Amino acid sequence: MQPAIAVRQLTKTYAEGSTGTLAMRGVDLDVHAGELLMLVGPSGSGKTTLLSIMGCILTATSGSVRIAGREVASLREKDLPAIRLQHIGFVFQGFNLFPTLTAGENVELMLDLKGVSAAAAKKRAQELLEQVGLGVKYDSFPADLSGGQKQRVAIARALAGDPGIILADEPTAALDSRTGRTVMEMMRELAHKRGRAVVIVTHDARVLDFADRIVKIEDGAIAKASDVDAVPPGLLVHGMPLAAASLA
Amino acid sequence: MPPLAQRNLFHDKVRLTVTLTGIVFSVVLIVVQLGLFIGFTTATSGLIDHSGADFWITSKNVPYVEQGVAFSERKLNQVRAVAGVADAQKVIAHWTQWKRHDGGEESVQIVGFNVDDNLERPWNLVEGRVEDMKSPDAIILDELYKQKLGVTRVGEVFEIGGHRARVVGFTRGIRSFTTSPYVFTTFKNAQSYARLREDQTLFILVKVAPGASLEQVRRDLLGHVKDVEVYTTAEFSRMTTFYWMFTTGAGVAVLIAAALGLVVGFVVVAQTIYATTMDHIREYGTLKAMGAPNSYVYKVIMKQAAISAVIGYVLGMIVSAFVVHASQAGGAAILMPPSMAVGMFFVTLLMCVGAALVSINKVTRIDPAMVFKG
Repeated sequence: MQPAIAVRQLTKTYAEGSTGTLAMRGVDLDVHAGELLMLVGPSGSGKTTLLSIMGCILTATSGSVRIAGREVASLREKDLPAIRLQHIGFVFQGFNLFPTLTAGENVELMLDLKGVSAAAAKKRAQELLEQVGLGVKYDSFPADLSGGQKQRVAIARALAGDPGIILADEPTAALDSRTGRTVMEMMRELAHKRGRAVVIVTHDARVLDFADRIVKIEDGAIAKASDVDAVPPGLLVHGMPLAAASLA
Repeated sequence: MPPLAQRNLFHDKVRLTVTLTGIVFSVVLIVVQLGLFIGFTTATSGLIDHSGADFWITSKNVPYVEQGVAFSERKLNQVRAVAGVADAQKVIAHWTQWKRHDGGEESVQIVGFNVDDNLERPWNLVEGRVEDMKSPDAIILDELYKQKLGVTRVGEVFEIGGHRARVVGFTRGIRSFTTSPYVFTTFKNAQSYARLREDQTLFILVKVAPGASLEQVRRDLLGHVKDVEVYTTAEFSRMTTFYWMFTTGAGVAVLIAAALGLVVGFVVVAQTIYATTMDHIREYGTLKAMGAPNSYVYKVIMKQAAISAVIGYVLGMIVSAFVVHASQAGGAAILMPPSMAVGMFFVTLLMCVGAALVSINKVTRIDPAMVFKG
C-alpha cells in the first residue's frame, strides 16, 4: 500500500543574507494511513519545517514529497491550497479558531471551503461536534470554551474536510495533562479507527505513549537511532526499537 | 459562507463606528460639493435654460449672458424676416443698482422681456401674475432675496437705476449664481433701469418654426444679420456655465472639494479596513492554511467593505438629505438629482472596495506557515 505521505531526500534552505540556512537535510520519511507518528526533537531542529512541507504550506528546496501518491514538491505555490484542502487537516497549538464564529460555524467554514451547501454543512458540523463530544456547544463562541473544548472543535474542523492526513502542531501544549490525554485519545482514534495518517509535532513527553512511531529530528535530519533517548520502551524511532528516556 | 465578514466587521464596535463615520463624512462632503456644483451650474444658466428660445442672438464676442453688449434693436426686424423664424423678441439681462428703503444699494440683474410673449418669462410664480407686469414700473423678483433687497410684500415701491419700481409678484427658487438677484420687468422698463438707449437691446431670442431646420435657420440668420453671433440655447447655456464654473475657478474649487471628500473617505476607510484586516491576520493565515484560495479570503474582505459601503451610504444619504433640504432656504442651493443619488451609491461602493484593495494586497502576502508560529 502506498504511504499517505512519502518524503525523499528532502532539503529546505531558508534564504538568509547572501548565504542560506539549511533547515532540512536529506530527509526520508513515510507516513501510512492508520498510523500515528510523532515528530520530536529540540526547538529549531526542523520539526515544524518538515510538518509544513508535508502539509504543503512550505515548498521544499529539493527532493520529493508525495501526498496520497501525488508529487507535490514540484507544484507551484498557487496549486498547493487545493492539495491542502483535499488531503490535509490541521490542528494547531493555539487552536486557531475564528473567535467571531461559533463552534459550529468554525466547522462549517471548512465545509464551505469544500463547497458543501449551507444546509448540509450545518448538519455535518453538528455531527462532527457530536463526535468530539461537543454537540451541545454548537452555538458557543470560542471565548466561552475551555482549552480542551477549543482543541476538540479544531479537530472537528480538521475532520470536516474528510482529509486522509491530519497534521498537528503541539496540539497538547496549551492543555492540562488530563485534557491533553483526551485530545490524544481522539487523535489515536482518528488513526486507528478511521484510518487517517496522523503526524504530530510535540515536545510533550506526557503524550509519547500514544505514538505508533516516533521520529526524532535533529539539525534538520532524522536522528540516528543511537542519538535518540527518552522514548518510552517498546516504541519505534524511525522504525527502530528503543529504550531511552528524555526527548528534548 | 459562514458570516465571517459580518462578524469581523461588527465585532469591534469602535472600529466600525470610525469606519462608518469616515464613509458618512465622505458621502456628505461629496454630495454637498457636487450638489453645490449642480446648484451653481443650474443657477448660472437658469435664465437661458428657461428662456423657451431656440437661439440667442448676441453682439460679437459675448462670452456669457451677464456680459451682453448692446446693439441696435432694428436687427429684430431683420431676424423676423428670416425664413423659419416663428418668433423673435428683444431681451435685456443687465446689472444695475437697487436702492433699499434704508438707503443701502444692492446690485441686481434686471431681466427685461416682452410680457405679451412666451420667451424669457419668469417661472415658478408664487405670488402675482406675469400679466400684472403690464402695469407701469412693475417688477417681479424671487422671494429668496426679499431680505437682501429689503422687500416685505407685493406693492412696495423701490428705485432701480434711478427709476421707480413696484413689486407685483414673487417667484420661488430662481437663484442667481452671482450675488445679484434677478429682477424681471418689461423690456421697456429694463431699458430704463439698465440705462440703455431706447433703440438698444442686449439679446434677441428666436423661436424656430416647427419643422424648420435649426442649422439652416442659423445659417440664414448669420447671413442676413450682420455683426452678431447666433447660439443655440444649449450652446449659450454651456458658454455661460463654463465661464462661471471654470474660467472664474469657482466650479473647480467646488469639484476639488468633492474630490477631497472622496480622498478623505478613501483614506479613512482604507485605514480602518486595513486595521481590521491586521487584527484578523492570523485568521486569514489559518484560512489559507486550511486550503482557502486567495479569492476566498478576498471575498471576506470585500464583503466587509461592501457592507460598510451600504451602511455608510444609507447613513450618509440621510444626513445629505437634511443638508440638501436645509439649503433650499439659502442663497446657494445644493441639488441632488436622483441620478446623483444613484451614482453616489456606486462611488461609495467603489471607494470602499478600492480601499479594501490595500488590505487585499497585504493578505495576498500572508505566509500560511505563520499558523505554526506560536
